[in-house]
Amino acid sequence: MSSSSTGMLHLAIVLFTAVFTDNILLARFLGMCSFLSVSRQVKTAVGLGFAVVFVMTFTIALDWFAYRYILEPYAIEYFRFILFIVIIAAFVQFIEMAIERYSPVLYQNLGIFLPLITVNCAILGASLFMVIREYNLLEAIIFGFGSGVGWMLAIVAMAGIREKLNSARIPRGLQGPGITLIIAGIMALAFIGFTGVLTGR
Amino acid sequence: MVAAKRTRDVVLTAIWGENPVFRQILGVCSALAVTNLVLNTMVMGAAVIFTTALSGLTVSLMRKYTPRIIRMMVEVLIIAFYVILFDQALKAYWPDMSRNLGPYVGLIITNCIIMGRAEAFANTNPPLLSFLDGLSSGIGYSLVLISVAVVRELLGMGSLLGVGMPFFSSSIWDRWIIMVMPPGAFFTLAVIVWIARTVQKDKERKDTKVKK
Repeated sequence: MSSSSTGMLHLAIVLFTAVFTDNILLARFLGMCSFLSVSRQVKTAVGLGFAVVFVMTFTIALDWFAYRYILEPYAIEYFRFILFIVIIAAFVQFIEMAIERYSPVLYQNLGIFLPLITVNCAILGASLFMVIREYNLLEAIIFGFGSGVGWMLAIVAMAGIREKLNSARIPRGLQGPGITLIIAGIMALAFIGFTGVLTGR
Repeated sequence: MVAAKRTRDVVLTAIWGENPVFRQILGVCSALAVTNLVLNTMVMGAAVIFTTALSGLTVSLMRKYTPRIIRMMVEVLIIAFYVILFDQALKAYWPDMSRNLGPYVGLIITNCIIMGRAEAFANTNPPLLSFLDGLSSGIGYSLVLISVAVVRELLGMGSLLGVGMPFFSSSIWDRWIIMVMPPGAFFTLAVIVWIARTVQKDKERKDTKVKK
């Protein structure tokens, strides 16, 4: 019983770390391209955020199986970059067709974001971190889900701030990406503050 | 003469005028994370230059034989091929550095700059010019990252390339630890983009050039 409760605690730490202290966007700089370009409106940011959570959770599980049962047995781990990208692209394509067929409403809200996700480096990055940190399947899924939620949290917060910024006076050279980077820096500072929650210091 | 001028134009636009980082903040994802140390950044820059230049050359060489419909797929595979080469070489000859860079070398594949150059330039231009374009895009990108890294390592650790700098490594200078942590990267890049954009905008106004 005690071993399973420490197991739960361990998974909770993986989740908390992925969402807050080791946020894939603010601490690892992954998924910056869409973070900078699709963070103008809260509504679109939420849509893209959900799509990322969904795709990341499932592709990390698929990538885990591919790594464990295809790449490792044949000792062709260096092939993982190509295999992971193909898996991600195929999964996104498949999901796009599936929701277009079965749920037109969901397709209208989520569908337009799916093609963007294939090129989102956060998705591939999460899978590569999964390999480096040698997660087991459960840890990998929790990590994928947590990273997705952390990414969504960051982009939605950024979109909220940027909507307010529309009426602010910003120096010309700093408009657009410049000011977004500064806000991201301040947000990263805030997220670092969560570090103490885990260590208890 | 005309060819020489064209070559120079390609190189200069790629490094300064259309520098992908200043203009669109493209491709920072795969590399901003390693800018806390100048040495890491230089290796990362070398990886990007290697990949952009050679993938530009290869895409251009194969442009007449690639069916248009699978063009993107072929480009991704070519880029991935060079990234894997670099990653394996690094792992074999410099394992410490390979561990430091972690997954970021592999993430060069999804770097929008490389794909962007392959799509926008190498697809329609002769091999040698595409090679040069890739080379200079890579150099332009690396220069920005290295300048970020110089600021971060100097202010955060008081050193450059691991060697203590006068003044900054002495006790007078209170090290800004925040600079080697993630927020430092955002702030430094923001300031560099700010400076570059202001300079470029002033120049554009002087040229009174109408934006496309």
